Amino acid sequence: MTAVDETSPVVLPDDSTLGPEVQLDYPGYRSTRRRAPNRPLASLPEELHDAAGPVFGHETVGELDHDLTRQHDGEPLGERIIVTGRVLDEDGRPLAGALLELWQANAAGRYRHEVDAHPAPLDPNFSGAGRCLTDADGRYSFVTVRPGAYPWGNHENAWRPAHLHFSVFGRLFTQRLVTQMYFPGDPLFAYDPIFNAVRDPKARELLVARFDLETTQPEWALGFRWDIVLGRGGSGTTPLEQSP
Amino acid sequence: MRTPSQTVGPYYTIGLCRRPENELAQPGDPGATRLVGQLLDGEGHPVGDGLIELWDVAGRSWGRSGTYTDGSFSFVVTKPDGEAPHFDVYVFARGLLRHQLTRVYFPDEPADAVLASLDAADRATLVAQAVGGALRFDIRLQGDRQTVFFAH
Repeated sequence: MTAVDETSPVVLPDDSTLGPEVQLDYPGYRSTRRRAPNRPLASLPEELHDAAGPVFGHETVGELDHDLTRQHDGEPLGERIIVTGRVLDEDGRPLAGALLELWQANAAGRYRHEVDAHPAPLDPNFSGAGRCLTDADGRYSFVTVRPGAYPWGNHENAWRPAHLHFSVFGRLFTQRLVTQMYFPGDPLFAYDPIFNAVRDPKARELLVARFDLETTQPEWALGFRWDIVLGRGGSGTTPLEQSP
Repeated sequence: MRTPSQTVGPYYTIGLCRRPENELAQPGDPGATRLVGQLLDGEGHPVGDGLIELWDVAGRSWGRSGTYTDGSFSFVVTKPDGEAPHFDVYVFARGLLRHQLTRVYFPDEPADAVLASLDAADRATLVAQAVGGALRFDIRLQGDRQTVFFAH
C-alpha cells in the first residue's frame, strides 16, 4: 500500500498498463487508506473458477421496479431519462436473467439516506432504487431521473460527478460486479478520485454511458446506452493492485 | 475489456437492503445457527457501512447483511454439505474500490486444499469460532492480521 500522504494529489496521471483494474489503494480517495487490503491475494480456489451463481427468478422483481418515476403518487422532479443496454461477457455473449439493482441520488443530488447531510431537498416522489432482470438478449432498461452532482468530504470542494450505482449478478460466481455509471461529458470527471482510481482511460470510458437519440423518446425522455461487460470466469483477475 | 468496479459507497442500503436477506437456513431448520462477526479496518475500527454477502456456491444459496455502526453483521445459516464446509464471502464497503473475496469455514472440520495451502496464522483468519451457540467470524480489511482474500 502507498504510504499515507495527506498531500497526495487527488487525481494521479493515467496508467494504461493497469487495464480494467481499479487501483484499490488509490491515494486520492481518502477512505481507501484504512480499508484497502495490503497483503498479497491468495489464488482463487479452483472450484470457484466456473461455479454458477444463484438464479434470481422473476418473483425477485416487481412490475414497476425498473421505473423509478412511477413508484409514488406523483412524479419525481428532474430530467426524465431512459438508461438501457446489455449485460455481456468478455466474449460478447449476452447474459440472460442477470439481476441488476440500481440506486442513486435525486435530481438535486440528495440520497434518501440518513447519512446524507447534503443540504439539498429530498423529493417525496423519488426513492432512488430500482431493479430488473436482463431479457434473453441480455438487455435491461430503467426509467429514472438524471441524478444531480453532490459534494462529499474527501477533500476541499470535492464533488462527485452525477452517477448511477449498479449491482450486477451474472451467471457465474465470479461475474459479480458493483460499479457506477456516469454521464457523457461531465466536467467533474477530471477532479473525481473514485472515477480516476481506474487508471486506464480506455477502461474508464466503459463507465460512461453514451447519449442515444434512438433510445430518446420524443416529448418524454432522453435516452442513454450503457453496456456492462463481465469477466468470462476462471481466475481472470491478476492482483496488480497489490504492492509487494 | 471488463467494466471496471467502483465502490459501493455509503448509500447502498437504498438499493441493496430493501428487505432482510440474511437468512440462508430454511425456516424452522433445527440445525440453523447464527453466524455473526465484525468488519474492521486497518486500525481495528469498525466499518459501519460495509456489506457482506454469503454464498453457498455448491448449494446455490445466497444472502447478504449490511454492517451496523459497530461493524457487526449477522446471518442465520445451516452448515453446507461436504467436507470442509464453508461459505464464500464477498465484502463491499465505502473506501473499497473493488469487492474482496474471502471464505468462512466451520470450526472443528478437516481442512481442504485451500486451507492446507495457508500457514497457521492465515488459516486462522478463515475459520469461524464457536462462541455461545453462535459462530463468530471477523473480517479485517488491512494490517498484520488482515483476513486472507482471494484473487477473483
